Amino acid sequence: MLIKRLALLMCGVAMTATPAAAYTVYISNERDNTVTVLDSTTWEVTDTIKVGQRPRGITVSHDGKWVYVCVGDDDTVEVIDTATNQISHTLPSGPDPELFVLNPEGTMLYVANEDDNLVTVIDLETRTAIVEIPVGVEPEGMGVSPDGKYVVNTSETTNMAHFIDTDTHEIVANVLVDSRPRIAEFKADNSEVWVSAEIGGTVSVIDVASKEITQKITFEIDGVRSEAVQPVGVKITNDGKTAYVALGPANRVAVVDAETYEVKDYLLVGQRVWQLEFTPDEKYLITTNGVSNDISIVDVATNEVIRSVGVGSFPWGVAVSPN
Amino acid sequence: MGANGEGKLPIRMSSTGSGRRILHRICGISLAVVAAALLAAANTAPAAAQTAAPAAPVVNDVTPANPDFQQIRIGYVEWKEKSLTLSLSQNPPDDLGVAGALSAIRDNNTTGTFTKQEFHLLVEPAKTLEEALAARQKLIDQGVVAIITDVPADAVLALADADADKAGILFNISAKDERLREEDCRANVFHIQPSHSMLADALAQYLVWKKWPRWFLLTGALPADQEWAEALKRAAGRFGGQIVEERVYSETDTARRTDSGHVQVQRQMPVFTQNAPAHDVVLVADDSEIFGTYVPFRTWDPRPVAGSAGLIPTTWTPNHEQWAGFQMQNRFGVLNTRPMQSLDINAWTAVRMVGDAATKAQSNELAKIREAMLDERFSVAAFKGEKLTIRKWNHQLRQPILLADGFSVVSVSPQEGFLHPNSLLDTMGYDEPETKCSF
Repeated sequence: MLIKRLALLMCGVAMTATPAAAYTVYISNERDNTVTVLDSTTWEVTDTIKVGQRPRGITVSHDGKWVYVCVGDDDTVEVIDTATNQISHTLPSGPDPELFVLNPEGTMLYVANEDDNLVTVIDLETRTAIVEIPVGVEPEGMGVSPDGKYVVNTSETTNMAHFIDTDTHEIVANVLVDSRPRIAEFKADNSEVWVSAEIGGTVSVIDVASKEITQKITFEIDGVRSEAVQPVGVKITNDGKTAYVALGPANRVAVVDAETYEVKDYLLVGQRVWQLEFTPDEKYLITTNGVSNDISIVDVATNEVIRSVGVGSFPWGVAVSPN
Repeated sequence: MGANGEGKLPIRMSSTGSGRRILHRICGISLAVVAAALLAAANTAPAAAQTAAPAAPVVNDVTPANPDFQQIRIGYVEWKEKSLTLSLSQNPPDDLGVAGALSAIRDNNTTGTFTKQEFHLLVEPAKTLEEALAARQKLIDQGVVAIITDVPADAVLALADADADKAGILFNISAKDERLREEDCRANVFHIQPSHSMLADALAQYLVWKKWPRWFLLTGALPADQEWAEALKRAAGRFGGQIVEERVYSETDTARRTDSGHVQVQRQMPVFTQNAPAHDVVLVADDSEIFGTYVPFRTWDPRPVAGSAGLIPTTWTPNHEQWAGFQMQNRFGVLNTRPMQSLDINAWTAVRMVGDAATKAQSNELAKIREAMLDERFSVAAFKGEKLTIRKWNHQLRQPILLADGFSVVSVSPQEGFLHPNSLLDTMGYDEPETKCSF
């Protein structure tokens, strides 16, 4: 793997005309209990890692050395060593972990325990759960502010975004949003957090200072019935100018002007698109399409879907190495 | 991976344990379920309603756990004349429906810890119309904002008409009768239970999608069975199915248990179904539980069975796990020792609708809750993969229908290819242009 990587790196150096860096992309496949590994220059599958049962939430450590995967049906978080693509150890996540977020320092993992109405905080150094925070029914989405001050958890049946102060682990605000909130995503400047509501069909933009909803984004697509418009994944570019929202069974990703909150375009991707991730250089956006068993690659500069790649069964989450 | 996970388990357990201890230290005040302490905590950190998970709710206990919260009471009229099923394992448990309502009370109360609302369930039994009316009055005297009714159609109407200005909220969670949504509709009745026509259309769409269009219909002799059969015949006409023959099973009563057991049934059912025209599927319309369960594997011709047996259209099955249904099954399982059934999810959905409406209205007043529930944007999420909304023309809950075989969810209707200008869910049941309902 290391050699393969070096080779790819050298390839990258050789082709200096194409400035795209080579990143490693990790896709969790909910149905067949695997993680697919891809290379972001060739978009070829380079490895398939067997993991625990029902892998969903997935993230990479800031140094790229570890991949964390929530394996909900095994009630744990598995940690993959990216040098060997083998599972190195597990973390005490609490029951049925679904999604999590790493704090900016890379020291704490905040896990949503969907079955237990809890958010569990794991100290990655000691590999222990240090605190459990009671939240609403069916906690799901986890977002951390880039300054590390807040973690926002969404609870799917309570329909709230819970603001957790990361110093005290106390909930400091509960913001009512629309039905089945799935993802909380902060702007890079900490000013706003965007919360998608899958059944409500909206994205609420919450002002972080006042903890109030300032905008509600809705989506209308010609020829697609409103019930099929189910916003899940949200990603905002670092400059805070453009946001992408995955619309589930509408099979489209909405492109939103993140300053005017207007929907500019809908990009047709695979079926039941849920999660999104940029490559660190923001040249590409990767979407996981659960029903069509593939991922779509969006060229961020042109907003064109440039290709789709078959992965495992029911691709769910996506994470990209930082380098 | 299993072995790996198990190996780590003790470490996880102890660290989770220490995690709990830390948690208690951090928010010890709010975790102590003492009203005064809660108030004190609220004063120091107004937005931090970080209380412990609410206790398992109990029927008819209206003692506030948090006296400073808005108190919201929901009533439930439970028909005590339970009909037995042919299948021993399908016989209704004593708390059927009520257990679903209680489960939703707990979910509402978890949300309530953040919105400062607290919900209670009051249950009154009834066996007759008179008892049902008395139960209603008793519940209203105790200040309920809505009443869930698990009662037959006539009792639903009597309860609805006892509310002179029709400004209350009744949830029909069991009666499938079409007339309650059509000529006998009432503005104060909200139907969580799908009607016969919705269930028939859901099944018909799937059979047509499978290209199994020729149906041999076996109908029970009681009025409910006849209505169910009518709905299936209507569905055939709507979606391109064909009833090749209808045969009526004339028995109107049966002993559920006899010592001769399978011997007679094994001989009767083939005879009952022999010499039928060519067909793809045997449809059974037997709401009354007289013979339906005995049809699969006993027909003259080897054919799949659907309707009241075999592939059954329903709102829930213990095997439903998509769209967070798994989490619902688990939450129900924590509170109960039996699997969740369709009447349970119907009751759960009704209580959650009150919960969501009360949250949105930020009120415990009936008029405001009702207004929020009838708002154009109101919807409820109930593990069906899309929002459930209320049909404005007859107050029927719009919903996908599960098709279940007892072991898995075979499919969920509406099916691909059946189109509708407004909502695909309105391909099931009587649509707005056809309705006889006017409030």
